[in-house]
Amino acid sequence: MDLGLSEHQILLGRTAREFLESECPISLIREWEEKQSGCSADLWQKMAELGWFGLDIPQEYAGEGGNLFDQTVLFEEIGRAMVPGPLLATSAYAVRAILSAGNTKQKTLLLPGMAKGETTVTSFLAGEALNNGEALGLRATIDGQGYLLDGTLLFVPWADSSDSILCVAGSLGQTESTVYLTIFLVDTTSAGLTLTAMPSIGGYQQHEVRFRQVRVGADAALGTVGSAATHLVPAQEWATVLQCADILGRSEKILEMVVEYSKNRVQFGRPIGSFQAVQHQCADLRTAVDGARMATYHAAWKLDKGGNSGSKATEEVSVAKAYAGSLSRRATATGHGIFAGIAFTVEHDMQLYTMRSKIAEANLGDTEHHLEQLAQSMGL
Amino acid sequence: MDFEFTEEQRTFKEEVRAFLAQRVPSERQEVFGSEYEGQYQFGREIASELAQRRWLAVGWPTVHGGGGKGPIEQAIFNEQMGYGMVPRTGTTGLGFVGPALMVFGSPEQQAQYLQPIAAAQVEYCQGFSEPNVGSDLASLELRADRDGDEYVLNGSKMFTSYAFNADYMYLLARTDRQAAKHRGISMFIADMKAPGISLRPLPYISGAMAAQTNFDNVRVPATALIGEENRGWYHAMTTLDFERSGLERYGRTRRAFDDFVHFCKSTRFNGQTISDRPSVRRKLAELKVAFDVWSLLCWNVAWLQSTGAIPNAEASVAFLHGTERRLEFAQAAMEILGPYGTLRDDSKWAPMRGTIEGIHRESMHLHGAGTSEIHRNIIAQRGLGLPR
Repeated sequence: MDLGLSEHQILLGRTAREFLESECPISLIREWEEKQSGCSADLWQKMAELGWFGLDIPQEYAGEGGNLFDQTVLFEEIGRAMVPGPLLATSAYAVRAILSAGNTKQKTLLLPGMAKGETTVTSFLAGEALNNGEALGLRATIDGQGYLLDGTLLFVPWADSSDSILCVAGSLGQTESTVYLTIFLVDTTSAGLTLTAMPSIGGYQQHEVRFRQVRVGADAALGTVGSAATHLVPAQEWATVLQCADILGRSEKILEMVVEYSKNRVQFGRPIGSFQAVQHQCADLRTAVDGARMATYHAAWKLDKGGNSGSKATEEVSVAKAYAGSLSRRATATGHGIFAGIAFTVEHDMQLYTMRSKIAEANLGDTEHHLEQLAQSMGL
Repeated sequence: MDFEFTEEQRTFKEEVRAFLAQRVPSERQEVFGSEYEGQYQFGREIASELAQRRWLAVGWPTVHGGGGKGPIEQAIFNEQMGYGMVPRTGTTGLGFVGPALMVFGSPEQQAQYLQPIAAAQVEYCQGFSEPNVGSDLASLELRADRDGDEYVLNGSKMFTSYAFNADYMYLLARTDRQAAKHRGISMFIADMKAPGISLRPLPYISGAMAAQTNFDNVRVPATALIGEENRGWYHAMTTLDFERSGLERYGRTRRAFDDFVHFCKSTRFNGQTISDRPSVRRKLAELKVAFDVWSLLCWNVAWLQSTGAIPNAEASVAFLHGTERRLEFAQAAMEILGPYGTLRDDSKWAPMRGTIEGIHRESMHLHGAGTSEIHRNIIAQRGLGLPR
């Protein structure tokens, strides 16, 4: 048993924190939110140069050959700094899906560009729809050598700043009642494809993506027909762990902000941090942060340990995400409770954290969803 | 990062589990909230057998009668004892007195006291709280006045668990009434058979029998002073940080939770399986999350100990989480059982032989090694650096 980070991971985390503190200060987060954009192309390029987008891509495809745990350490810092853009969608979900489902040609074509930050692939986070083809809004029909895609997908993150969308489409089998789910990679500039922003809190960009007779070649399909769930369930678990890390990093930052403020804010002639009512809220938040860290690290370690043998950490991932959700709610409530009036203003930073926390909580299965997963695995 | 035990630790865990399963069958396991006839004696027998295997103090150095392993092995053992609902004896000696002596005791004291603890030959109780002294422990009033080669003790200790079975009490007493309150306290070991000690029974709602221990001119030899005179407060605070992973408490509470989940899945009530109720389903899933996190927080403490660190705020985090989640579980389970939950184990209608009713009483123990408020103070002040 060794519950400490490796030297390499400590260094990775420290480097990322220092880099983001100077390159991605809160003033820029505000600026990008006002412009309703992701981070600057400049920052994106610098992150790529640091190898962040290829962290889990094997070296043969120009990546760093790292594992989920390394990425977990990185995403704590990304969550802390609240870097906007499709980082999670492209460097985790899409990469995992392509690694799992793509053939050598597709991997060679896509992954090096993604590792270098030149190609951005957002992902439709299929979630529940993977279990219920009927719920899926996108249909594929065979068209010569390729396919025609029709329908609408909602909540596709950062679609307008991505080159392509990794999505799932259903096709009907010979018996009309069976829906086969298959992964497709579709250029965002494809004819017949329209993007409409779904205005969201916290400057988070997500889109309604409408497909009208979008024609794609056979090479746009990743994996065999009907294989989407096989590839995407593990990709989803992988990305969910990173979403937990993102929540963890941001919540810990909120704790630090609140503690700092409590030490310096004087009322009744004393720092408010000397009052037990304030101390105990901070203590409860610290307890939740520590718990979420253990649960997230446990899930990351378990998935890494499973290696390529497929998913073996379904329960651990759901425990981590359900707990991260409760951490997220506690962190924002504690922040607003202790900062009080000033945090109710837009000019104070707390609200930036709150809105992004809420997005993260809903992403990749909210608490309700993961509790239901657990109830099923417990045989309830 | 590695959450896994070594091969050797896995084998050890399995050996302990198998031994306890065979030696402590369900009818001899502890029951929440009550003690069966002969339970204490059976606990002593088991402890003695475990000591012969060098498992009881597996984390202690062999020179003191331990197993020569580390905090991880000790935590593995403790968790199995908890999950197996093994009647427990000797915990104060193993958890607090032994570790304190190893750090602060003289070589003579170590030679005299440690072996018998590791061999399960003695029972200790703790003398910290007093009738007027709880969370503000440093204000304790029991006096120890030096008289030649002896100290003379006068005063009273409260909440003395195991008092009626104990051979010794390790206690804190005031040795300097002029000094600042933290700096006038010393630690002693007193023989419970010494003249002048009297016990007032103080039954707990958990079913255990404790006492108020009164000291009337009780003489202890000066050689029973542990560590430095007037440094007892600091010795005690360090000692409290030792036995802190809390895996035994986690283990027994997890056992009740696992049994309760099984009960809800296999019992029909009002024409419906209990776990089919959406609110029950949701609550049990929430509790699973809370329990899994609790376990991880405990192991974090054990691991920190294994690196040589003395976890402090981390231990309070694990303890506080555990105390609160146990209460949450007990209250939720009582709510799910409705009026059946209030039946005592001697009612034929009591579900799970009164386990939930018993753990509900046990869960009102919100003050182990400090109240939850004190643990929050520790986390805030020592963990987060907030001002006192």
